[in-house]
This record gives sequence, C-alpha cells and structure tokens, in this order.
Amino acid sequence: MAELSAQASQPAANTRKRAMSENLFGWMLVAPAMIFIAVIVAWPLAETIRLSFMDAGLGGEEFIGLENYQDLADSRKFHQTVIRTFYWMFLSVGIKLIMGLIGATLLNAAIPGRALFRVLVMPPWVIPVAIGCIGWLWLYNGYFGVLSGVMMKLGITDGPFEFLAYKSSAFYSAVVTDVWVGTPMVTLFFLAAMQGVSRDLYEAAWVDGAGRWYRFRRITIPQIMPVIVSMALLSAIFTFNSFEIIWILTEGGPRSATTTLIIDTYKVAIGNYKFGEGAARAVVIVVLLAVFSLIYLFFLNKINKRYGAK
Amino acid sequence: MMDRYTKLQLVGIYAALAVFLTFILLPFFEMFMASLRPLEHLFRSPYQFWSDDFSLQAYKDMWVTVPLLGRYIFNSIFIATSVTVITMVFVVPAAYAYARLDFPFKNISLGIFLGVNMFTGAVLLIPLYRVLRTMGLLNTYWAMIVPGVAFLIPTGIWLLRSYLEKIPRELEEAAFVDGASRMYTLRRVVLPLAVPGLIVVSVAVFIGAYAQQFLFAITFNQTRELQPLPAGLFEFIGYQSVTWNEMMAAALVGVLPVMLIFLFLQKYLVAGLTAGAVKE
Repeated sequence: MAELSAQASQPAANTRKRAMSENLFGWMLVAPAMIFIAVIVAWPLAETIRLSFMDAGLGGEEFIGLENYQDLADSRKFHQTVIRTFYWMFLSVGIKLIMGLIGATLLNAAIPGRALFRVLVMPPWVIPVAIGCIGWLWLYNGYFGVLSGVMMKLGITDGPFEFLAYKSSAFYSAVVTDVWVGTPMVTLFFLAAMQGVSRDLYEAAWVDGAGRWYRFRRITIPQIMPVIVSMALLSAIFTFNSFEIIWILTEGGPRSATTTLIIDTYKVAIGNYKFGEGAARAVVIVVLLAVFSLIYLFFLNKINKRYGAK
Repeated sequence: MMDRYTKLQLVGIYAALAVFLTFILLPFFEMFMASLRPLEHLFRSPYQFWSDDFSLQAYKDMWVTVPLLGRYIFNSIFIATSVTVITMVFVVPAAYAYARLDFPFKNISLGIFLGVNMFTGAVLLIPLYRVLRTMGLLNTYWAMIVPGVAFLIPTGIWLLRSYLEKIPRELEEAAFVDGASRMYTLRRVVLPLAVPGLIVVSVAVFIGAYAQQFLFAITFNQTRELQPLPAGLFEFIGYQSVTWNEMMAAALVGVLPVMLIFLFLQKYLVAGLTAGAVKE
C-alpha cells in the first residue's frame, strides 16, 4: 500500500532521476568484479590469441602469421589428439548421465535410509580432485592395488595387472576416474529435478494403471529433460577441460594414449616453453568450446520450448 | 499405495544402491585401509583383503617423512580462506545488482561472467603466467589466490543472485520510501536477511577454492613452503619408493576440514547448489 501511494505521488521527472541513479548504482556494484575478470581472464585470453601468431618462447617473440595453425592442421598427431578428446568427452559424459539417472532414481525411491545414502554419494564432489586421484592411483596399482588383486583372485589375470601401463587400459581407467569425479554432481542435480516433479502427475498415471517403467519413461524423463540437457553440456565442458585427473594418473601417457587437448597444450606450453605453439592449441580449445556453448544454447531453447513452456 | 515396493523390488533397489555406493566410496575405503597398514605389508603381493597388523603408525610417521606436511595443510586452508573472502567481496555487490537492479548491458555482462566458466585455468595458463610474472606475483600465495578468485566469481554471482531474488522486495521498497539511500538499504536491510545465503555461497566457494589448487600450485608456485596439500602430497613419492600408507593418511587428514564443513551444512548446500534444477 505504501508502494502504491509512493508511486502515485511521484512526478515523472523524479522517476527518471531514480532510473538514472539505478543505472549508475548497478554498474558501480558490478564493475569491481568485471574489472577483475577482465584483467585475469579477458586480457590473458586476448594475449593467447596474439601469441598464437608468434614464434614465442623463453627467448622472445617473432610474428610468424598462421604458421602455428598450419602446423596443427598438418599434424596427424594433433588430429588424433582432437579425435581422442572428443571420444574421451562423449564416452565419459554418456556414462556420467546414465549413472546419474540410475543413481538419482535409486536415491529418489521412498526407502528407509535414503537420507544417509544421499550424503554418501557426495564425497567425490567435495574433496579436491587431485586427492581423489591419488586414491585411484593406488587402486590401479598392479602389485598392491585392490582391482588387480581381485582380478588375480578371480583368475582373470595370471599376474599383477598395471592398469595405467597399457594404452587402452590407461585410457579407460582415466575415463572411470573421470566418471567417478563427475557422477555425484550429475546425480544430485537429477535428484533435485526429480523431487521437483509434481506428484499429481505420477498419481494420475498410477490411477490409470501405468507401471513404474512407463511412469519413468513418460513422466520423469520429459519433466527433467531441461536439467538433463544442461547437465550434459555442463559435464561436457568440464570433461573437455579435465586436466588434473589425467595429469596425476598418467601425464598423458603411455605413448600419448591419454593425451587430450588440454594435456597437449599444457605439455607444449608449460613443459616445453613453446608459448606460441601452446597458444595456438589453446585458441583451438576456446573455439571448440565456443561452438559447444552455442549448441548448448540452441538445444536448451528448443528443449525448454518443448517441455518447459506450459 | 503408489510408493509401496514388493520385497523383491526392495532387495533390487538396495542391491543396486550397494553397487553404486561401492563405486563411489571404494577409493576412500582403500585409502583408509592402506593408511592403516605397515609399509612392508602394503608391498606384499598378491593383494590381501584383511590383515592382522593394522596400526595408526602412518598417521604419526607422515609428519616426519614430509616435515612440511602441517605447513601444506595450513597453506591449503589459508589459500582457500583468502580466495573465499576476496571472492565474496566481489560477488556480493554484483549479485545484488543482478538480482535487483536494472542497468544497461545487464544480461550481456551476466552472460560474459558465466562464459568464464567455460574456460579452465589450463587454457589461460601461458598468458596468466606472464601476467603474474609481470606483477611479480609468481611463487607467492597471490599466484594461487588471484586466479582462484577469478574462476570462482562467476559461480558465486550465479548462486547468490538466485538466493537474493527470493528475498521479498517489499522490505527494500519500504526502506526507500523512508528515505534510506541505496547503499544503506543494501547494507542494513538486504545483507542481514541474506546471511543464510551468504553462508551457503561462501562455503560453496571455499570448497571450490580448496579443490582447485593443484593446477595453479604446480604451474605458478615453485616455493616449497607455500605449496598447498594436493601438490605437497606428491613428496611422499620418493626416488626409491612411495610411502603409500603415509600418503593416504595425509590425504585423508587433508580432506577432513572440507568433509566436516560439508557434513554439517550438506542439507543447505545441496539445496542451494541445485536450486537452478528445480522449477519455480
């Protein structure tokens, strides 16, 4: 009521003055964060683009045009790295989404003890990734680790199996660890979304005789679809950028079997001080991620139109 | 009723949950088991599932093997705390502006903030390294704090904004009508009401800051005394052998602070973090 009378008595000039001060005040509050991001993220990003046209190292810089990009375009090894990165991403994200759906469905079931189970899912999300990876390093150890030990007891392998020593087992081991790191977040977001679905829908379907599987497929999935899509793309970005897991487990080896774009960039730029070549790789990553985010927005809009708008 | 399960279904659900949770908790369990075993027992092959010589010796010896261990844990907490405080100083005003005010380029600038989430430090390491070198910040705490803050500001703004949007506008309007200035209203009306949200977002930022230290530490800091725990743990890997039991013990002690904070606040944290997933 106070609001109403205040509005009614306010002359137009006063409103305009207030709007102007709101503009100013808004920017005053946002500016510090904006400037900080500009210095620490935007400017380095621009620098990366500039450096990618340079032959730059510890010695100095020299403009060489598109040569760094040309080298990447010609390099079979780099093509393999790009393909490997996408394979890594799709495989890992796919498994995370399936695990997340299964996990969220189980945790959403009305059973005794679920509050405890929900807490038990979270640790990998909370602890530093680097520390979780040290645990996995131990699990994957051929001589003393539990996985190799169980395999030997079951007679799957005769002797110790070093998971991280062979090309394909190292790659899939890294995928498993990445899934382990990413699954809790996906699970909890799906669970939160499932809890937001109106019970009336389920009850109406139940009255009509719909079974659990049918209700899951025809109610749960469509209702939480916007969350599935956003989690898919969010996880895709995280997985694409995943550095610590691979670095701690294998440093990109054996023989490049786990070298993704991020690892490659880090090795070239920080490991070998080839700043220009590294920058060109970083720009490729940024472009690929930008394409991703566009796809993200495109799909999110579409899905929201189909499911979200009521 | 709809939620009633048959015995068989219940068994199935619990069995599936057991498998799921085994996958999630196995590394922690194995780390704990390894930390309890004497080193010469650990290096016994084939793997033994149980042993009779469990002891807490590793939890004592680790401080001797890596003398700086206490310092590393302190560094981790110190860096994460500094990152949290600085991040919140930037986040609070910006989140309020995005939640309440209307100003030019509001949506575009918010989009730019969220876009930062797409880049991890790894993409920007090269120029960031040079920026930090120019500022003379390499090999200092700041080398790990400054990039940490930059990558947590967007998440912080996003989380706090959705919290502030839920505070009724009427209270601010009332303060305005009484002639309070905008700054006064923000400080004396909005912030006190937002305390629960501020705590949730701060804890989320702290957990993020605690988790992200490894990359910045190994790239921007060569000073041993300043290393955070995730980087310092690798000192247990010696030239001759790895003292796995002590490394695991140290890792578990190192995650204890975040795990405790998390356990106390997990209900609010999960609700706050997943708020975007729930339809209004």
